[in-house]
Amino acid sequence: MKYQPVIGLEVHVELKTKSKMFCGCSADYFGTEPNTHVCPVCLGLPGALPVPNRQAIDWCRMIGLALNCQLASFSKFDRKNYFYPDLPKGYQISQYDIPFCDKGEIILSSDKKIGITRVHMEEDTAKLMHQLGISNFHFPKETTFPISNKEKYSLIDFNRSGVPLVEIVTEPDFENSQEVVEYLKKLQQIVRYLDVSNADMEKGDMRLEPNISVREISNLKSQISNELPKYKVEVKNINSFRFVEKAINYEIQRQGELLDKGKTPIQETRGYDEVHNRTVSQRTKEEAQDYRYFPEPDIPPIRISESQISNLKSQIPELPTEKKNRFIKDYGLREDQAFQLVETRKIADFFEEAVKIGKKFGIEATAIANIMINKRVDWSRMLPAELVEAIVKSKREDLPAMELENIISEIIKKEGSAVTNYKRGKSGSMEFLVGKVMAQTKGKGNPNQIRQKIIEKLGEKS
Amino acid sequence: MAKFDIRHTAKLANLGLSSEEEEKISRELEEILSYVNKLNEVDPDLIGVEPTSHITGLENVTRPDETSPSLTQTEVLQNSKNTHNGMFKVPAILEDL
Repeated sequence: MKYQPVIGLEVHVELKTKSKMFCGCSADYFGTEPNTHVCPVCLGLPGALPVPNRQAIDWCRMIGLALNCQLASFSKFDRKNYFYPDLPKGYQISQYDIPFCDKGEIILSSDKKIGITRVHMEEDTAKLMHQLGISNFHFPKETTFPISNKEKYSLIDFNRSGVPLVEIVTEPDFENSQEVVEYLKKLQQIVRYLDVSNADMEKGDMRLEPNISVREISNLKSQISNELPKYKVEVKNINSFRFVEKAINYEIQRQGELLDKGKTPIQETRGYDEVHNRTVSQRTKEEAQDYRYFPEPDIPPIRISESQISNLKSQIPELPTEKKNRFIKDYGLREDQAFQLVETRKIADFFEEAVKIGKKFGIEATAIANIMINKRVDWSRMLPAELVEAIVKSKREDLPAMELENIISEIIKKEGSAVTNYKRGKSGSMEFLVGKVMAQTKGKGNPNQIRQKIIEKLGEKS
Repeated sequence: MAKFDIRHTAKLANLGLSSEEEEKISRELEEILSYVNKLNEVDPDLIGVEPTSHITGLENVTRPDETSPSLTQTEVLQNSKNTHNGMFKVPAILEDL
């Protein structure tokens, strides 16, 4: 039977604020000594008072604006209750019914719209390391360390606890893994353009959880075509774009095979095992998750005025899609060229600066674009002005026409037998002559042009 | 009002309760809930008060993105029964994997 995948996505992006979400501890925890960026607030000690980081809230809203979301004029934080050792308070401060942003979209290259359900603010959890006494499962992020004895325990480092986290939830609009990957790349590019997160998946700055189900194609034409499947499978532990594609494809196949046998896949959380390229059941949701959300009593509600929203909008830089369109229009670039040059803000800014300087030397924007894309000059460690200088210099180094003429005449005179052989139809002799000329010019000049000139010269003689 | 499911709530909070405790706490929580439920009898239009989750009237209490000193690792771990390599050591979780 044929099935159509129905995929939605939850992405967590860690913001690169200096301090944590609700306390002044440094949020820069990567590679630090365990439990050295911690205080009573992020340790969840009784009596500690969380106070939200306003930079983090603004950045969360800017992400929402960049994704064409609506901003809630009135919002609040809520407690999401669950019991787990990475959560010292017994709850995570998150947002429930009034997220900072909702109803946005990202448009894929096929013009398909992916709906953004919501963008909300929360805090990251502590980092766990497991000594399980068994090694049947590999955790990429929450490392399983080597087994030294049979003892089973977990270790907790609270440096990550309380780091600002933005969660971006989509509608179940994806139909295949390629769409998911394109969406993720766009999202990563946008948060990097906004300069609010490094969005490095391997470091855990960007984490994703697809929820996947499939429905029969035969149902599509009937009235229930828009009805979602009655189950969904959430996949965790995915830390690269490559693995998200593999994990989704694996799940689509696994679920299709179950349905073929007349079984319905169970609603559960599965972990991706990158070593064996499969997903493994982690937790079956016997009962609906019961987080008992309620408004966070320690944090008064948050309001934003229209003028503050306008102010935030004005802080949003030109985003990749707009920039790409402008490059096509203003510099006469092709779509694919513009696409490559807007990959990062740094590359785009470098290009525009080089174009500005190049103009004074009569160098076309398209020429600069070509050189940058083809990497004919290694500009990665150059300033834009240095790239332009290199282009100008290479032009000047082009051999003066007279000099080339003289060298060619000289070689023709000297290599009489090669000339004769060429005239008898031995084409290899031409390459020999071109080589001789190039040796004389010390590599300057274009071989095709030199070949053409030699042919012209020999024609004149005969 | 439906009977309060004490076992479910205790499980979510990872609490082990004896049957006596279950009965006692269940009764107490039900009393608290019915007491709080009295609020539903109030007609907000009549008394001119909007439902709210905060009574201080405060809004937008935030802080600038500035760091302040954290505790030392020794201070952080000093009340913990078990530590290992600068980390808190707790009974194994995820055993069901």
